Amino acid sequence: MAKNKTPENKPHVGLFVTCLVDLIRPSIGFASVKLLQQAGCRVGVPQAQTCCGQPAYNSGDRPDARALALQTLSAFEDFDYVVAPSGSCAGMLKHHYPELLGDDPGTAGRARAFADKVHELVSFLVDIRGVTKVRARHDGAVTYHDSCAGLRELGVKAQPRQLLESVEGLTLQEMEDAEVCCGFGGTFSVKYPAVSNAIVEKKTANIAAGDARCLLAGDLGCLMNMAGKLSREGKDIEVRHVAEVLAGMDDDPAIGEKQS
Amino acid sequence: MKPASRAFKTNARKALANEPLQRALGGIKHGFVANRAKARAALPEFDRLRDEARAVKEHTLAHLDLYLEEYEAKVIEAGGQVHWAPSADDARETILKICRNAGARTVTKGKSMVGEEIAINAHLEAAGIKAVETDLGEYLIQIRGEPPSHIIAPAIHLTMDQVEADFRNIHKDLPPERILDEPGQLVAEARAVLRDGFLAADVGITGANLLIAETGSSVIVTNEGNGDLTQCLPRVHIVIASIEKAVPTLEDANTILRVLARSATGQECSTYTTYSTGPKRPGDPDGPEEFHVVLLDNGRTEMLGGEFHDMLRCIRCGACMNHCPVYGAVGGHAYGWVYPGPMGAVLTPSLIGIDEAGHLPNASTFCGRCEAVCPMRIPLPKLMRHWRMREYEEGNTPAGYKLGLKLWAFAARRPKLYHALTGLGAPLLARFGKRRGRFRSLPLAGGWTRHRDLPAPQGKTFQQLWRAREKTP
Repeated sequence: MAKNKTPENKPHVGLFVTCLVDLIRPSIGFASVKLLQQAGCRVGVPQAQTCCGQPAYNSGDRPDARALALQTLSAFEDFDYVVAPSGSCAGMLKHHYPELLGDDPGTAGRARAFADKVHELVSFLVDIRGVTKVRARHDGAVTYHDSCAGLRELGVKAQPRQLLESVEGLTLQEMEDAEVCCGFGGTFSVKYPAVSNAIVEKKTANIAAGDARCLLAGDLGCLMNMAGKLSREGKDIEVRHVAEVLAGMDDDPAIGEKQS
Repeated sequence: MKPASRAFKTNARKALANEPLQRALGGIKHGFVANRAKARAALPEFDRLRDEARAVKEHTLAHLDLYLEEYEAKVIEAGGQVHWAPSADDARETILKICRNAGARTVTKGKSMVGEEIAINAHLEAAGIKAVETDLGEYLIQIRGEPPSHIIAPAIHLTMDQVEADFRNIHKDLPPERILDEPGQLVAEARAVLRDGFLAADVGITGANLLIAETGSSVIVTNEGNGDLTQCLPRVHIVIASIEKAVPTLEDANTILRVLARSATGQECSTYTTYSTGPKRPGDPDGPEEFHVVLLDNGRTEMLGGEFHDMLRCIRCGACMNHCPVYGAVGGHAYGWVYPGPMGAVLTPSLIGIDEAGHLPNASTFCGRCEAVCPMRIPLPKLMRHWRMREYEEGNTPAGYKLGLKLWAFAARRPKLYHALTGLGAPLLARFGKRRGRFRSLPLAGGWTRHRDLPAPQGKTFQQLWRAREKTP
């Protein structure tokens, strides 16, 4: 584990907050900062970031997606690493920016160099920073949903499980079809609400079928979808981003839970 | 068939409310999906084989003209005839002409998706020629007057009860008191009924999974043996195949066959893998007297070398739809044309136009499972996204949706404005949502809140809190 001691030698990590975390659940951002600092990083949060551009990109709006890609690229270019608490946004930055910016020789090289520095939070901690355990406690059984982009674009699968196992008092109970989509799909959830609903119903049934009363995942979009469905169905399951538990910052009300 | 893809949303709603369909779709996970996973696990070199299969197809597509001409020459050498059909119309006319020349009154058919694509049955029936589907699934949908709902399991949307009811309804001359409780009994009945069709047929039409250039052979893979009877018993055999089915050699065909069955049904290989090379030769115990191949283009050369080129690698295994959450929710008919699921979402707009099929590439969560299981490594989500871009560029994105997108993008491209807006909006929403922590309904968010609650924001945005924290020493 290559932790550098002096502040100057600590890698400088730019936190890509993601628009959903910024807007809906800042506590995930602070949990990410804490985990990154514990892993020996200096963390910066550029103000010139907004959204990774996926809503435009996946709606076919290439010009806006491209502009947002350049905006993000410029805001983060000086960091050693760019880390996001989301597999979906990190996948966009890492795999889709080079595609969006690849047709222009002026941006193609920049996008590739940028992509090399981009990581999803939990896989960054484990694969790049060599973190093997965290200092946190969470009593009870949890289950973990593998969000699609993190799993299939970035190979995030073992890393969150490895760190969760080190959380005191926590047991991980796998649900059936943990790797199957929750039906969120960004704008898909509002463009095809009935189909999206049918998919998330299967997911919440799998979640509720287990003994775990806490659901974790690495993407707030999926978490909001599943939390929203679970509460609508009256299923009493606490829903959190995995970073909150790993950082020992699970005192806030869970996603969709009322403020105490 | 007339496309119904424009009505995807309505089709989907009906499908979601269709209980027998939902029961039938529920079986895919424990069938196709589980079996593929087992087959894959049993073959350590499976992923390497996928790379090889992909390379075979890419090489073939890069020299498609040469391999098709080689294939044609070999078919002719073997005594067969090759008919080039630029369009579906040409293919239909060619087939009808061959049938008429043969004086055909009854035609048997093996399962063929290209046959569905050109709607050959309707064309033959209109000309007074009876077409009998001999694949059990195809037979079931033919007697129901439905299109296939899956490319390898055309009747996957049906339950046993429905099949029993249809058989009692159609096979009127069989004793009504007969028992049809088990799959075996249904299969036996279909087999007995179809046997007459096989014996009466003047022409047999099959598809082709592969066309082998070095030998002029076409290959079909089946599990029922109906394909063999279709092509061996009648006097005339017509193979209808699209041009991208070509491969250079027998060895190459084997590479693809090894990933095909495993990806499709989880079998190591299909029960029957049948190679047809020309008509019956002197001394052959059986086989047709005439052997015709109709090579269909129907828009495929347009795809070569273009944005959707990768789609031409598709070997029609159906793995993408078996693993697709959207297909699993609504089934194949919702897609409104011949090819459903992710492969259909990419191929259908190429064949019938994006204005007709615009919903299909949009109705995907981009979960990526289709690409992950595709034996030919076709980047299906990327190709669907290409369609969305084409649609956007041509101004066909729905107006209200586009306006919302534009407003959002206007703000997102101006970080200061964006943070000012979210800095106002998030605390405000948080105040409204504080009591429950979530919204049961919210103006402009009906698509979301109709089915699920919307979690409320915590309060200030992360950016607001972070800046405040940075200011305090």
